[in-house]
Amino acid sequence: MDWTRRIAVAVCTVALGLAIAACEREERRFRETPSGVSPSNVRLSEIQPGPAVPTPLAAGPYEANAYMIAEGKRLYTQFNCVGCHAHGGGGMGPPLMDDKWIYGSAPANIFATIVEGRPNGMPAFGGKLANDQVWRLVAYVRSLSGLVHQDAASGRSDHMQVKKPEMATDRETPTSTKAEHPQ
Amino acid sequence: MKAGWRWRSAALVRVCLLVVSVLYTGCAGLQSALHPAGPQATHISHLWWLMLWVCTGIFVLVMGFLLYAVFCPRQQNQTAIVPATERRTARAVVAAVVITGLVLCVFLVADFWTDRALAALSTSQPLKIKVTGHQWWWGVEYEATVPSQMVTTANELHIPVGRPVLLELTSHDVIHSFWVPNLHGKKDLMPGYVTTLWIQADQPGVFRGQCAEFCGHQHAHMAFLVIAESPEAFSAWREAQQHPAGAPSDTLQQRGQEVFLSSACVLCHTIRGTPAGAKAAPDLTHLASRHTLAAGMLPNVPGHLAGWIVDSQQIKPGNKMPPNSLTGSDLQALLAYLTSLK
Repeated sequence: MDWTRRIAVAVCTVALGLAIAACEREERRFRETPSGVSPSNVRLSEIQPGPAVPTPLAAGPYEANAYMIAEGKRLYTQFNCVGCHAHGGGGMGPPLMDDKWIYGSAPANIFATIVEGRPNGMPAFGGKLANDQVWRLVAYVRSLSGLVHQDAASGRSDHMQVKKPEMATDRETPTSTKAEHPQ
Repeated sequence: MKAGWRWRSAALVRVCLLVVSVLYTGCAGLQSALHPAGPQATHISHLWWLMLWVCTGIFVLVMGFLLYAVFCPRQQNQTAIVPATERRTARAVVAAVVITGLVLCVFLVADFWTDRALAALSTSQPLKIKVTGHQWWWGVEYEATVPSQMVTTANELHIPVGRPVLLELTSHDVIHSFWVPNLHGKKDLMPGYVTTLWIQADQPGVFRGQCAEFCGHQHAHMAFLVIAESPEAFSAWREAQQHPAGAPSDTLQQRGQEVFLSSACVLCHTIRGTPAGAKAAPDLTHLASRHTLAAGMLPNVPGHLAGWIVDSQQIKPGNKMPPNSLTGSDLQALLAYLTSLK
């Protein structure tokens, strides 16, 4: 066997070994109870009395977890979020797939919006949903406008596909212009 | 030396017998295609036994010829081809091929007859039950022309003995498969499509069924019970199931109902007779009348129910019910209410 072929075989073997080592599977933690933010440290106003001290908001625990985002997608239909927000395009409720947010786009803000409810129709789900379920919904809602890790977002839907899957959604960077409530 | 060998082989035989008998008891009764309880399962088991005995005979025959070929005295230095021997060998091969073909034909005809018998069952006045597969439990609805006579339950089918039952099978999420070995073969449940299966029980009993198509994390824990009972007992059961849940009879149960209606339970479960009407999880209207919890996984006793409510992910990881942190007194009240739902 000549040298070039030997080297080619060796390179292929090493490459295959590295490729296999890269096949790390996402771990599903079913009993995780993330220590959620209490919605009280979520501010709906940017104006503060006294010096403006930036308050860091908790990051969403499931921003890069494909299973949890997919579970959020299931819950989104199960708890009838689709009834008002449709599959992100909005209807009775504001759209969730654009770059405009009325009550904030950060995971903690969305958590608080789901738990506390908001004026003009958003029900307060607090006490009726486990915190863990809310975090799953938060991750899915953010994936609608491409704000989560793209490789973790869902690639398909169980309902009729009317738009690009979340996986292929471009990132809609949240803007400061507040969205209007649908009239 | 020889005695030791004999002792060891006797021990080996004993171990084999033990293993076989343990395996056989595993097949007994509750969930077994070898204990048919209905006409379809009887036809299928006849075919099964025919195949078993024919194949056993063929196996013994083949092993016999093999042993003969290994141990028979062979003439030394036989290198020349003798035409007579060649002809004999050729005849033996042709005969073996013909016999194999005949045996396969017998199986083909027997299989055809079995299928014919399965399709020719009486289908008059069937009881219609809609079974919906979910990850990982079974939704069961008894259809009726009058809506108030419809019955919804989960993970448990009651059927009257001697009456054909038409199952309308569908799935809510992925493909599942309905299999009660004592009554019939398997039938897939497809999302967005209704498949049908006729079953009939000829003798009363409790038969365990199991999802037979891999459907995700808890596929192995997706079981159900079929309870075949006399027509009178079935009517009584159906009559009882039609009623909405009774009102709480004491303050503890009253508190339990409040806990149920004000916590996460109400967003997924139905209790008819209360405002709880969600369809995402099993109907709990007559929870206490059921034999098992968590799709055939646990016996339905208050201890298991409490463990399931508080941390079902420990018992059945990946199931769709979230953990519920309730205070001790709220949990006791909820248990008192749920166990009153006969």
